[in-house]
Amino acid sequence: MMIKIRIKREMHTPLGKEWLDLDLNIAKGEFVTLYGESGAGKTTFLRILAGLTQPQEGFIEVDGEIWFDSRKRINLPIQQRKTGFVFQENSLFPHMTVRENLEYALPRRQAGCSDKQEHGIIEEWIVTMGLKGLEDQKPDKISGGQKQRVALVRALISRPKILLLDEPLSDLDIRSRLDLQDEIIKVYQKTKITTILVSHDLSEVFKLSKKIFVIDRGKITKSGSPQEVFVNNDLSGKFKFTGEIIEIHKDGVINILTLSIGNNVTRVVASDEEIADLTIGSKVIVAAKAFNPLILKAR
Amino acid sequence: MQPLILTFQLALVVTAILFVLGVPLAYWIAFSRNRFKYVVETLVSMPLVLPPTVIGFYLLIVFSPQYFLGHFLQSFLGLRVVFSFTGLVIGSVLFSLPFMVNPIKAGLQNFPSALREASYCLGKSTWETLRRVILPNIKPALLTGIVMAFAHTIGEFGVVLMIGGNIPGETRLASIAIYNEVEALNYDTAGLYALILVAISFSILLIFYYLNRKPLKIF
Repeated sequence: MMIKIRIKREMHTPLGKEWLDLDLNIAKGEFVTLYGESGAGKTTFLRILAGLTQPQEGFIEVDGEIWFDSRKRINLPIQQRKTGFVFQENSLFPHMTVRENLEYALPRRQAGCSDKQEHGIIEEWIVTMGLKGLEDQKPDKISGGQKQRVALVRALISRPKILLLDEPLSDLDIRSRLDLQDEIIKVYQKTKITTILVSHDLSEVFKLSKKIFVIDRGKITKSGSPQEVFVNNDLSGKFKFTGEIIEIHKDGVINILTLSIGNNVTRVVASDEEIADLTIGSKVIVAAKAFNPLILKAR
Repeated sequence: MQPLILTFQLALVVTAILFVLGVPLAYWIAFSRNRFKYVVETLVSMPLVLPPTVIGFYLLIVFSPQYFLGHFLQSFLGLRVVFSFTGLVIGSVLFSLPFMVNPIKAGLQNFPSALREASYCLGKSTWETLRRVILPNIKPALLTGIVMAFAHTIGEFGVVLMIGGNIPGETRLASIAIYNEVEALNYDTAGLYALILVAISFSILLIFYYLNRKPLKIF
């Protein structure tokens, strides 16, 4: 196990005082998601891990190194934990260009690592993440999606042990959100960095992570793969997908829903009754009950 | 001309000292969780509400060679604070302190915490974060502090008269010189000084407001 966390902290929520009381282990190189309603304690958890907030009591161990131990009074400073934190809101330094923001994140010069190599790393990320041409722009001149992309790269350039993503996509429009989800998958596959994503967006959870912890009012209520946790087993469908509605289009007596499922965008037909309480952005499960698929040999 | 030159020398020295002193003090007040910070915050703002003569009076007592501190400074360091330029600097620094500290404090408090925290997470120290991230983004607040402290020092009268007195070339500032000339019924000289002070203060503030015409741009 790479990350061991047992922490307790009092939270002040609109519903009154709650205890954030978590005990979880995360393996090296895993991509896990913390899913829950706002106020459940997801962000507080990430902040505690990064050292931005202190728990009242507990223990955090990362890669054999103790980051926090209330009994031994150990509390490693934020700077030494070096977590790659991507915030929900824009956190790019407004007075620096995209490139300067990335350069700022470079760790202090290591022996044998030249200026050229470091800039090579930045250049490579700029190309990989499709930021070419934006390097000399200030953050206020680029879009929300581009900002979060730069923030993601900036977090990675500091060579963190863990990447913490605090709903980095929640302020974005659906198109940039889908794009950035792909970028996150790409980054994870490229670096295999242990990543903890906080999200309350089901389709995002399904698309990005294999393992998920559901947090409700400060406690973990379920964990497992997204399918295990979410897919309603009362439904005896053979084919089930979770997706998000991108568009609802009325065509005569039927409705055509455009859905984003996994990496695909697809269309399905729905009745007025079915779409009664659905709007753009609603999470839906698409399942087929009596279903005889055609099996064709792939060419 | 001498009182005017002296006034500007004083304002420059005081503003420089206040800037060096004001940034760390404002930072501490803005971010510390120490419960005594409210006491310090209150003390910093006292000159805003007290008559200048009160501060001048206390300084006169504290630094008077008849009392401990003044005696110590004079006999061991050969430093005389009362009725000297040094005294003017000390009095003015204290009296203009809120004009430097308060705008910077407001600038720091309004600075988005995500940016500060992002910098810490990237492994940067508080000092490096202050120097490379925070200060460059609160320039309007820094400029306000500098201009206000400078302009306010030029306009001082009570404190400097109490602690500095009226020694030509040493402590006779423009504001005191005006008073002096009026007492001696030299209305022309007094009027000239007054006009110059008005013109200069007006220009400083006009340039400042013109430069700051854009809304405080944080993003």
